[in-house]
Amino acid sequence: MPSTKINDKVIRVDAVAKARGDAKYVCDLSFPEMQYAYMVRSSIPRGKILNIETPQMPKGYKFITYKDIPVGGKNELWMIAKDWRAFAEGDVRYVGETIGLVVGPDRNVLKYLKDRIKIEYEEETPAVSIDDGVNLVGGPIRDGNNITCELFCEKGKDMEEVFAEADEIFEETIETGFQEHVHLETNGVIVLFEDGKYVVYASAQCPFYIRKSVAGLINKPYDDIIVRQTTTGGAFGGKEHFPDVIAGPMLVALNVVRKPIKLIFDREEDMLYSVKRHPSKVVYKTAIKDGKILGTKGLIRYNVGAYLASSYVVLQRGVFHANGVYDFPNTYLKGEGIATNTFPSCAFRGFGAPQTLFAIETHMDHIARHLGVDPLAFKEAHLIKKGGETVTNGHIVEEVMLPEMIKVVTEASDYYRKAAEYKLGSGKGIGIAMYNHGGAFTGNGEQAIIKAHARLVKTGDNVDIQVGSTEMGQGFQTALRKIAAAVLELPMENISYDNPDTSKVVDSGPTAASRSTMIVGKLVERAALEMKERWAEGDFSTEVEYEHPDGHPWDQSTFRGDAYLGYGWGIACVEVEADKLTNEIKTVGIWSSHEIGKAIDELIVHGQINGGIMQSLGYASMEKLENRKGYFRQSSMSDYVIPTSMDFPKQEYHIQENPYEWGPFGAKGMGELVFNGASAAYVDAVERALGITVRSIPIPPEDIEEALKNVR
Amino acid sequence: MSAEIKFTLNGKKIVYNGDPLRRLLDVIREDLSLTGSKEGCGEGECGACSVLKDGELVTSCIIPVGACCGSDIKTIEGIRDTEKGQCIINAFAEGGAVQCGFCIPGMVMAAYYLLDRNPNPNEDEIRMAISGNICRCTGYDLIVESIHLAAEKGADLWQK
Ligand code: FES
Ligand code: FES
Repeated sequence: MPSTKINDKVIRVDAVAKARGDAKYVCDLSFPEMQYAYMVRSSIPRGKILNIETPQMPKGYKFITYKDIPVGGKNELWMIAKDWRAFAEGDVRYVGETIGLVVGPDRNVLKYLKDRIKIEYEEETPAVSIDDGVNLVGGPIRDGNNITCELFCEKGKDMEEVFAEADEIFEETIETGFQEHVHLETNGVIVLFEDGKYVVYASAQCPFYIRKSVAGLINKPYDDIIVRQTTTGGAFGGKEHFPDVIAGPMLVALNVVRKPIKLIFDREEDMLYSVKRHPSKVVYKTAIKDGKILGTKGLIRYNVGAYLASSYVVLQRGVFHANGVYDFPNTYLKGEGIATNTFPSCAFRGFGAPQTLFAIETHMDHIARHLGVDPLAFKEAHLIKKGGETVTNGHIVEEVMLPEMIKVVTEASDYYRKAAEYKLGSGKGIGIAMYNHGGAFTGNGEQAIIKAHARLVKTGDNVDIQVGSTEMGQGFQTALRKIAAAVLELPMENISYDNPDTSKVVDSGPTAASRSTMIVGKLVERAALEMKERWAEGDFSTEVEYEHPDGHPWDQSTFRGDAYLGYGWGIACVEVEADKLTNEIKTVGIWSSHEIGKAIDELIVHGQINGGIMQSLGYASMEKLENRKGYFRQSSMSDYVIPTSMDFPKQEYHIQENPYEWGPFGAKGMGELVFNGASAAYVDAVERALGITVRSIPIPPEDIEEALKNVR
Repeated sequence: MSAEIKFTLNGKKIVYNGDPLRRLLDVIREDLSLTGSKEGCGEGECGACSVLKDGELVTSCIIPVGACCGSDIKTIEGIRDTEKGQCIINAFAEGGAVQCGFCIPGMVMAAYYLLDRNPNPNEDEIRMAISGNICRCTGYDLIVESIHLAAEKGADLWQK
């Protein structure tokens, strides 16, 4: 068999098994003597638990609560902080907080029992929105105020001085809503004992995160806990930390029940009781002089929900992306994560960047229209370039290829002709947005926090990749095997890489932050190079540790320096037609270009672009998730609607190569970048078609009607 | 309540004894251990549980097994080793249609149903045919192209 080259067109290694229905997801697994579990959750957003009345439990059935946490264990899950409790104890802070698990052999009996557990509360007033949280509605949720995390960055002169110099000041507030991941496979976990060890099978992105998160809860060393990732049916961030919230209580139950236990969420549970994308509220106050931006002051607030989860890091990314792809000479950006009594917000593709990128792009469009100039020309005049100073006083290290990409996309879409021809409010509109995404962990996180490892094991002519990174649909198993094969000059068939088992592989860090190809791919490339040199030695293994590239200063205490090792860059253009009677918006064209260093596999990259843009368009247009008084109003796929094959037309795409020095074969991260901008392009197009101003997404037809009323 | 229900599944005779209100999907997945059909929503919205019932494409999560008396049911396991099934599966693999894969067995069923009736569908017809199948990963373009590919590659197969 010929060896695989990096530019070969290959068939995804997981495609056939998945298409045949052979791939086993966690819901497809069962074990002898398996028991089932259902979660008993808080039914109110905030209050004290006065009493829990449990029905008589038949033999073999148990109700597990915090009281069952083993001796020495702490009622906490260790994500970034340790604030999220495994079980509610004394009070509840959001609707859906885990109070306990009913466990037993028969699911019908469990449902019956679950409905008969009566919890008496003393209800308190919940804070639901960002404004509620800021205004301390119902009193502070945590100690002191409701600001769970905060940071600021500044660049250039003091903004008060800048405002004094300005011809005019343009101020506006831009908001984004909740978004639900809707990975088609819901969350699920199976726990069991194997040779005295606690084993977790989970649909999850980060097996090592689960192990770290639950160890203190069951009071066991890491070596006593094994996490095995099962084939994961989509994640998008929704299975980064959230599996901990299921696995923790399940291990406590396992300790009591001592038989395998399975818990699979149904869709309603997954919609109502899982983490979401952070809603945001961004206030920009921008100083303009001679038709250009002198500086901007931004207040960026994210709705964190009742526990911190990963929100501090999400907020950092939001702030660091808040000036978009532009180089404003002066800036002051402040970020605040606001606690509320909603389900904790957590990771979702883009990790905080999509909110501020939407806000800045839309803000730029509004300023341009106010000044009476073409938005694209206005944006081009402010583009950041190589060497340009970022909002964290670091510098852009790569050539910024956006001017070339603008050319490609405007030509493919015929942007300039259409932009001139389609008059404001004419029913037709074309919009365009630019964006970027910092690759991998913030600052020196890869070095200081993660310290990723990768190991290759050679047996004869076969090589096994042993890393903790996961396939969740993004194509990583194929990409990684391709990288190893191309370096080792072997056919891809000779390389194996299974779903990780924490007892068998080394920790290569979480599968998150668009870091897998860029960071773990590079580690595997290095390990493979070493293996290739020593190939004649027989059977052996190579293991490498992450090395931070030189010349990227970063101070985590002040957030100064190079926030990221490099950026991916994108531009998206969307054309729409509006039905003036129904306000139905029809998207008639979608074009994009993305600079991702180098595509390890073009077909996989194409699939990521297509799916990422689609999610972004859903985010802007139809995915409305409302929270009233602490309760999500949409609980199914029929009322929270995501795009179908009929909603958007075929996309045209372009990949811009610009090899990245520290990535494998020149590749950078791209899984999140492709989500970051189409929403702003869509809104720009809708604004032009209808002659309205949009300051909040999503905008389904009923909201468009409202906006039109304001114009008339 | 218990009843005896006889039907054919992937060519095999099945006699089910039990609650006739149980969902066909559960009977297929749990009693018969055929886990290729997936549950994405449980309310007929996503198509992950699609099967063929007497030749029609249906969502097995909203069909009580009691409604299957005498029916001929085909699941992904029943078509994947046929020539037509192989043609679609290979086209999906080659065309990059598969990401997380959770929607894919249902998509394969929808493609099979389409091509069996319309051997040469255009883009709109394909989009319409899979509009009851939700995919959160792919954005659909590569699924649509893969179904084209299956039509092209299987040309003669689909005329039969
Ligand atoms: S699971 Fe049957 S349609 Fe979604
Ligand atoms: S491939 Fe993931 S839902 Fe379709």
